[in-house]
Amino acid sequence: MKHAVTLRVNGMDYPVELEGGTPLVRALRDHVGLMGTKEGCDDCECGACMVLVDDKPVNSCTYLALQTVGSEVTTVEGLADGDTLSALQSAFLDQGGVQCGYCTPGMLVSAHALLRRSPDPTEEEVRLALGGNLCRCTGYQKIASAVMQAAKG
Amino acid sequence: MGDVAFHTATTVAEALTLVGDGSDARVVAGGSDLMVGVRSGKSPLPGTVVAIHRIAELHGLGVVAGELRIAALASHAEICADADVCSGWTALADASALVGSHATRNVGTLGGNLMNASPAMETGGPLMVLGATVTLRSAAGDRAVPIEELWTGPGRTVASPGELCTGVVVPALPAHSGSAYVRLEYRRAMEIAIVGASACVTLDESGIVTSARVALTALAPTIIRSPAAEAAILGTDGDDAALDAVAAGASADARPISDLRANEDYRRAMAGVIAKRAVAVAAQRARGESFPIPATPVFMKGSV
Ligand SMILES: Cc1cc2nc3c(=O)[nH]c(=O)nc-3n(C[C@H](O)[C@H](O)[C@H](O)COP(=O)(O)OP(=O)(O)OC[C@H]3O[C@@H](n4cnc5c(N)ncnc54)[C@H](O)[C@@H]3O)c2cc1C
Repeated sequence: MKHAVTLRVNGMDYPVELEGGTPLVRALRDHVGLMGTKEGCDDCECGACMVLVDDKPVNSCTYLALQTVGSEVTTVEGLADGDTLSALQSAFLDQGGVQCGYCTPGMLVSAHALLRRSPDPTEEEVRLALGGNLCRCTGYQKIASAVMQAAKG
Repeated sequence: MGDVAFHTATTVAEALTLVGDGSDARVVAGGSDLMVGVRSGKSPLPGTVVAIHRIAELHGLGVVAGELRIAALASHAEICADADVCSGWTALADASALVGSHATRNVGTLGGNLMNASPAMETGGPLMVLGATVTLRSAAGDRAVPIEELWTGPGRTVASPGELCTGVVVPALPAHSGSAYVRLEYRRAMEIAIVGASACVTLDESGIVTSARVALTALAPTIIRSPAAEAAILGTDGDDAALDAVAAGASADARPISDLRANEDYRRAMAGVIAKRAVAVAAQRARGESFPIPATPVFMKGSV
């Protein structure tokens, strides 16, 4: 059974037809056409699929897309202003917080949410806020440094 | 797997009609247990999913006439940020603050945690030592179930398929009371309790324990009370000898299993260590001394 609904993603409305059990990550990639959000473990552990639902971080691999009808979804594509990267995104480049890049969208989304609720975090708070995001390349130090750089502006 | 009917209920009555029609319909709150089960292939989605997350009357928490009332959809993030919970029902704040990651705490609800009925769930032990009552609603009306009677085994509750959990009521604690929840964990986030323990103690004016409840998590098919640990602390001032007796009592009452996370002997030994810590923190809080929330250290010293 298909459900015809409108998803609101990064401030735009997307009319889509979804099966009842479609996870949000699949709706974003297959129906909305935004490929920034990654499917990693598919089990809520790795955080590559992190998006914001009404400004709060949510693992989109295990969240039903139809539950977001009526909410605002923000993906990594929503962080930049057109082609101008956000301070956080630039800091990831400056600090070398990106290697293979697969975890990066999720890291950026979680860190973005942290800086909105806590603009001047300690490094411990940064590490805690990224506790649900795995990175197998960087060893995390450069990611933590990037978030600290962005916080210091 | 995804081809199922989906309804978003906006009132409890509507949700009850949808789940009470004899079909295999199931409710989803945050989906953080339901969907993980589905994605891992353990339990497929039912033919009909009833989303309850937009039901306004199932949101919120607050103190009414001294009692803490938490609606089923209150998230772990809301619970551990609530000033009343942190000051008056601290063990619950200790527990909700440990759940998963920021994302899990935003999505995961109290009702989902309790009704999923995992013996390792975080909030069950604290609510048990705090004497909570769970409200279940069906077309026939409300019934109040003492939390100790809610679970019948791993993943099983006394609720019938047509019943919804609408929330919990937690009574006020007497003066000079304190509570705590501590879990043994191998990593600092995204962890499941290897073992956990909750304690709630009340002291008299001279600091003697006049009432004590201790509950054990991930140490039996459901969360259980530990009568031996409770007896060991009662009538004492919480000195080292009493705390050692608490540890021995908790280990004796534990009925652990071996699995890939820990074997039975290790779990039994750690039941004592963790129960002792929980009772010690609860007693400290009862004496009015502050102890950080969560009581389980989120960062080991020197890890950053
Ligand atoms: C990455 C990750 C980490 C986690 N870490 C922890 C942890 O540290 N500690 C912990 O305790 N849990 C943990 N969990 C489990 C889960 O997040 C919690 O149990 C959460 O509280 C479940 O709430 P939910 O609203 O998402 O439940 P859902 O998945 O929506 O529901 C769970 C079950 O309860 C039923 N249900 C839900 N609400 C009601 C209701 N109001 N009435 C009747 N039935 C209902 C559903 O039908 C379903 O069977 C984790 C999960 C994930 C994915």
